Amino acid sequence: MPTIKSIDDLKKIREEALKKQEMKSASGQKQIIVGMGTCGIAAGARDTMKAILEKIEKDNLSGIIVTQTGCIGVCEMEPIVQVQIGDAPKVTYGKVTKDIVARIVDEHVLAGSIVKEHMVNI
Amino acid sequence: MKELSLHLMDISENSINANASHVTISIDENTLEDRLTMSVKDNGNGMTPDMTQKIIDPFTTSRTTRKVGLGIPLLKAAAEMCNGFLKISSQPGEGTELIAQFQRSHIDRMPLGDMAGTILHLVVGSPATHWTFKYKVNDANFEFDDQIIKAELDGIPLSEPMVLSFIRNEITNGIKNISINEY
Repeated sequence: MPTIKSIDDLKKIREEALKKQEMKSASGQKQIIVGMGTCGIAAGARDTMKAILEKIEKDNLSGIIVTQTGCIGVCEMEPIVQVQIGDAPKVTYGKVTKDIVARIVDEHVLAGSIVKEHMVNI
Repeated sequence: MKELSLHLMDISENSINANASHVTISIDENTLEDRLTMSVKDNGNGMTPDMTQKIIDPFTTSRTTRKVGLGIPLLKAAAEMCNGFLKISSQPGEGTELIAQFQRSHIDRMPLGDMAGTILHLVVGSPATHWTFKYKVNDANFEFDDQIIKAELDGIPLSEPMVLSFIRNEITNGIKNISINEY
């Protein structure tokens, strides 16, 4: 049997998240995509993903969707992270280490300015 | 790859690419028989026997099929290096099951590593997939099924900070309760 200790905890989480969602402005969805192909994982994509999720937890950042994708064909630039804000074109970052994650989240995802020096053209 | 949990993440990626709606990841550690067995089972597209043979061999893989790559040969080599094996059974339209077994105490066996991280990232990163994780150490069991959480959250994204903490704690504690300290 699965062991979920407290369904009540989840209910509370859901209610709080709903409140936050209502407060959020309609500035468009914020999405972070991490490349998780064999190439990405071997290059450290799980640490990159981990850094993103920990940043979200630590700074209590609501309203960011984090998903993963497979190999996108630029294996030599892994770990790859893509950011899409609303309808703006997707921006791709290469060789994204833990430190770069913090910059991408702070400067691009939250403040809206692209971190140009880590961008890659694909 | 430095951890078995990274291999499991990589193999699970194949299941996502094969359009699986349900993926079960299992780990079974048996100290008496000195075996560590792990498997990834999905209900995805599945493969023909011919294709199943091919993906094990890195030299005949064709890059035109997206689910083909180095991931499986790498894991196979790791298992065989530790007196183990890798086996794939698949049926087109039914799904695929991959099993890798190691001699648990073998000096070259990679540590399990950050298994909680792997499961968390799969659950959050591919929310459309139903994930089940079963971890067994001798007679002790832990099972994590994301359906329960998703049903309760009812549309709240899994990448909300509070949800992340909740899932992380669930899995981390579940694993910690039954795992045997290694390394």
